[in-house]
Order: sequence, then structure tokens, then C-alpha cells
Amino acid sequence: MNKAGERLWNGLVKENPTFVLMLGMCPTLAVTTSAVNGLGMGMTTLVVLALSNLMISAMRKIIPNSVRIPAFIVIIASFVTIVQLLLEAYLDSLNDALGVYIPLIVVNCIILGRAESYAYSNPPIPSLFDGIGMGLGFTVALTCIGGVRELLGAGELFGRRVMPESFTPIGIFVLAPGAFFVLAGLSALQNVAKAAGAKKGKDVSKIGSGCSEDCLNCGQKGCSRRLVEFGAQDPEKASAQTLGETDAKSSGKAEPQTVRGTDIRSLGKVDSNILEKADQSDVQEIPDIQILDWTSTAKEKKK
Amino acid sequence: MSDLRKISSNPHIRSRSTISGIMAAVVIALMPATGFGIWHFGPRALMLIAISIASTVGTEFLYGLLMKKTTVGDLSAVVTGLLLALNLPVSVPWWIPVLGGVFAILVVKMLFGGLGQNFMNPALAARCFLLISFPALMTDFSYDGISGATPLAALKAGESVNVMDMILGHTAGTIGETSMVALAVGACFLLLCGVIDLKIPGSYIVTFLLFEAIFGGHGFDPAYLAAQLSGGGLMLGAFFMATDYVTRPITSGGQYLFGIFLGLMTGIFRIFGPGAEGVSYAIILGNLLVPLMEKVTWPKAFGKGGKRHEK
Repeated sequence: MNKAGERLWNGLVKENPTFVLMLGMCPTLAVTTSAVNGLGMGMTTLVVLALSNLMISAMRKIIPNSVRIPAFIVIIASFVTIVQLLLEAYLDSLNDALGVYIPLIVVNCIILGRAESYAYSNPPIPSLFDGIGMGLGFTVALTCIGGVRELLGAGELFGRRVMPESFTPIGIFVLAPGAFFVLAGLSALQNVAKAAGAKKGKDVSKIGSGCSEDCLNCGQKGCSRRLVEFGAQDPEKASAQTLGETDAKSSGKAEPQTVRGTDIRSLGKVDSNILEKADQSDVQEIPDIQILDWTSTAKEKKK
Repeated sequence: MSDLRKISSNPHIRSRSTISGIMAAVVIALMPATGFGIWHFGPRALMLIAISIASTVGTEFLYGLLMKKTTVGDLSAVVTGLLLALNLPVSVPWWIPVLGGVFAILVVKMLFGGLGQNFMNPALAARCFLLISFPALMTDFSYDGISGATPLAALKAGESVNVMDMILGHTAGTIGETSMVALAVGACFLLLCGVIDLKIPGSYIVTFLLFEAIFGGHGFDPAYLAAQLSGGGLMLGAFFMATDYVTRPITSGGQYLFGIFLGLMTGIFRIFGPGAEGVSYAIILGNLLVPLMEKVTWPKAFGKGGKRHEK
């Protein structure tokens, strides 16, 4: 269950969807006019995110790769419909306040992003906790933004007057520009906090998620899908990496022509070698990337 | 002369004008309008101007301390504070210029990298920030106990206005915008000093007048056009804020384009908008489009462009 805790921490702090990943900006900017609205939106998204992550992860082996996005959308849309009907039945005032942004959760990029980058390649339980962590991170972020905007823009917090009577509400903060100001300010604050943490020696730069697109620093085992895509999407980068590795192994006897063809299977092998090494040494070392000097090797061959 | 003779890399041709010199010229040019505002609206206007300048300069100084870099000496904060105060009604409470000054310097200027990096005129951005936040306070133009509408609002409502009063400045309005004569004196000073030229203000005013004549509903009625020209912040905006070195296009063609755009937007805001005034929104909208205007008017370097010579 350590994994679950790590997922929660990841969603709340390390990769907070709003302040770090900057995902789901549309509801973030639009509905956070008050703390209650932010909280409501966050909780609604949390429920959909957790359930859709669980469902997608459970179905990940039967969803064909080529139609995975439509499949995700269908699953997410089902949960959103359920949540919306429940809101209409039991929390009508919140439903009115959030309006069109409830159905729009279907296309929320946090949900689609977590489905694509985590749930589709990980088992159900970690995926569920990934969804809950991300949802909590989103909820906390939206509540904070909504709270600050409500405090400055109306002098209230959760509908109660907290500022002194002499305070004149700064109207711009409940309008759209105020959302940008507050979002930028809070993101800057959390960056400052993380920078302070990094100075003390805590390593906050290493991202521990399933996929950060940073394959060299990634110790995730069993992530075969990513390796394939890695080879297919960015053959130059991949071949440079493989070249570096084979070069280090065979001390300059690499044959560039065959490696350059980016054999996906061999890529997977080499990359898993790196990963195993990293696991053994407990420290994720980045293998030196050496770019082969094509002309010199060719000359050496001739000799 | 000795400090101009240096062995150095390019640029080799250096201008003697400095930032603080230009800013001082702008401050001097604003003095007639400031003086008239204080005389017309009373000592409260002086207090607001002082608070506004203290706020902007203080913010710049404190931020400089934080960043270990002193930029107060270039006087740009003084110009921003003065322009902000001239754009406020005299009846606002004292904390309005404080808030506006902090916003102008900290958010609009310093967070984007200081003078030269701000994409929007700080004083106008602060005015719009205040106008959106406190619409009731910022449009309360009462003075001397008379709660009068601005002449532009009266004009829009179809009432008759005294054009002579508007040109001289005996009307309601913000502290610095009422007197066209005082602003014109300052503008002439800036033109004679070579700090600004007529490209932006000229194209702005001509476009605006043409737009008003065509769509204003009064035809080429000189009294109406003169009232539109002298009312509101048009002169202040055209000569002192649209010509801000940082936020105007640097290409010559771009400057004409900028002026035309401002004229059109101001006309649209004044005639078709809900309010009577539109200069400040027009200018900050124009500021946002400056990179595009520069892009379409960027001159070709010698040897670039044209047809490729086929061998």
C-alpha cells in the first residue's frame, strides 16, 4: 500500500494538476469565483477521475490501442452522466452554480491525461489512488483559488464575511482576470516553497509518476508501451541513447548502420537493461550519451 | 565627450539621450496639466498625485532592494505614478492610488522584467484594474460638491455641452484630462524636444475624428467633433500614453498602424460601447497587438527578400 500513498502524495504535491502540470485550466479559471464552487467542482472531478481511472485500468487489456481515446471518452462520459444526475437530484444549488462545466468534465484534460499516462498502463489499485490523489490535488487547488478570489473579490470565505467592514471588495478578483492573477500568484508561491525545499536538500526534482516523458530518469518497471512509443516517436533521440549504451558496452565497436534503423525490440531490451541497472544501484544514473563521430569510425574501419 | 570615445563592440553610434532625461522631459511636459488639475480640483488632487508617485516609486525601490538592483533613478516610476494620478477622479479615497501604484509597478512592470519588458502601459493597466474593480468609485466625477456627469457622458446622453469650457478644462473628469490647452502645451514641449513625434498621436486623432464624423450621427459638425476631441482622456492618451517608448511599435509603419488602430477602437468604444469613454481600453488593447503590428511592418534588410536569382 506504499504505492497508494505515493500516488496520493504525487497527485497532491509533486504533480499537482493545477499548479504543476497546469492541466484543466478551463474549469480552474471559470468556476472558482468562490471557495464553495471550487470545492464542489474539485469533488465532482475527483469522483469521476477516481472511478474512470479504476475502470480504464481494469479494462486496459481489452481496449485496443488504436481506439483507446474514444473508449476513454465513453467511460468518462458515463461517469460524468451519473454524477450529473446525482447532483441534480441531491445538490441542485451546486449544479446550478457549476452549470455547463459539469458536462464539460468529460473533456477535462486531467482525466483524459491520467487515463492515457497512468491508468492505461498500470494495475487498478494504484490507478484508483492515482485518480484520488490527482482529484484531491485539483480540489485543494480549486478551493485555494476560489478562497483567495472570494476573500479579495467579495470579502467573504465560504459565504461568511471575514474581512472588516471597511474593506472594499476588489471586484476584478471575481471576474476572469482575477482568476489569472490568483492562479499565477499561487503557482509562484508553491514554486518558491519547492525551491526552498530543494535548497534544504530534499530532492523535489525527481518526478515519481508513471510517465513523465523522461524515460532516462524513469525507474518504472513494466512500462513496455512507453518504450515502444519512445522508439516510434523520437527515433533520433532513442537511437542516440541506444548508441551511447552500446558504445559504452562494446567500446567503440558499434555498427551505426544497424542500430540507426531503430529496431524497437532491441530498444526495449537496451532500455530495460538501463532500468535494471538503475534498480540495482538504487540511484538512477543517467548513462552518458555519446554521439558517435561517424566519420572517424568509418575511417577506423577502413584502417 | 570622453565617455563617448570608447573602444568597444557595436553599436558605435550612441545617443546622448538617457532614460532619466526622457522621463524628466515627460514629467516637465505633464506639469501644465498637473498644475491645472491641482488649481481646478483643489489640494486634494495634489495629495492624490503625491500618494500615487510615492506608491509607484516606493514599490520600485522595495522591489529593487529585493532583487539587489536599483532602478529608481531612471524616473520611469515617477512618470507612471504621475500618469496614474492624472487618470483618477479627484473624489477617490486615498488607498486607490496606493493600490494602483503597487499594481502598476509590481504586477505590470517588474514581474515582467522591469522597464523595457512590460508589454502594457503600467499606468493605464493600473487604471483599468481600478476601473474594473471599483467602478462606482472610479466613475464618480463629482467635485466642489457638484456631482456632475463628464461632458462626454452628457454628450452621449444627447445634452448640449459648452465646448469652450471643455477646451479650457472647466469640466468634470479625471485630474489631468480636463484641460486640452494645458495638455497641448506639454505635448508641444515634448514634440519640440524630439521626445515624441506626430506619427502615433497624428494618425490616432485623424482616424478618430474621421470615425466620429462618419459614425457619430452628427456628420462633420465642428462643435461635436471638438467636444469629442477635447473631452475625456483622448489628448492625454494620444500624446502621453500611446507614445510610451516601451509599449509602442518600434517600426515607423507600425506606429501609423498603431495610431489608426487606437483611433478606430476609441471611436467604437465611445459610440457603440456602453460607457462614454474608451481611450484607456483602446490603448491597452493596442499594446497587446504591438508585436503583430511590428511583425507585419518589419522592414526588409538589404539583400533579403525579392526573387531568388536563377542560375
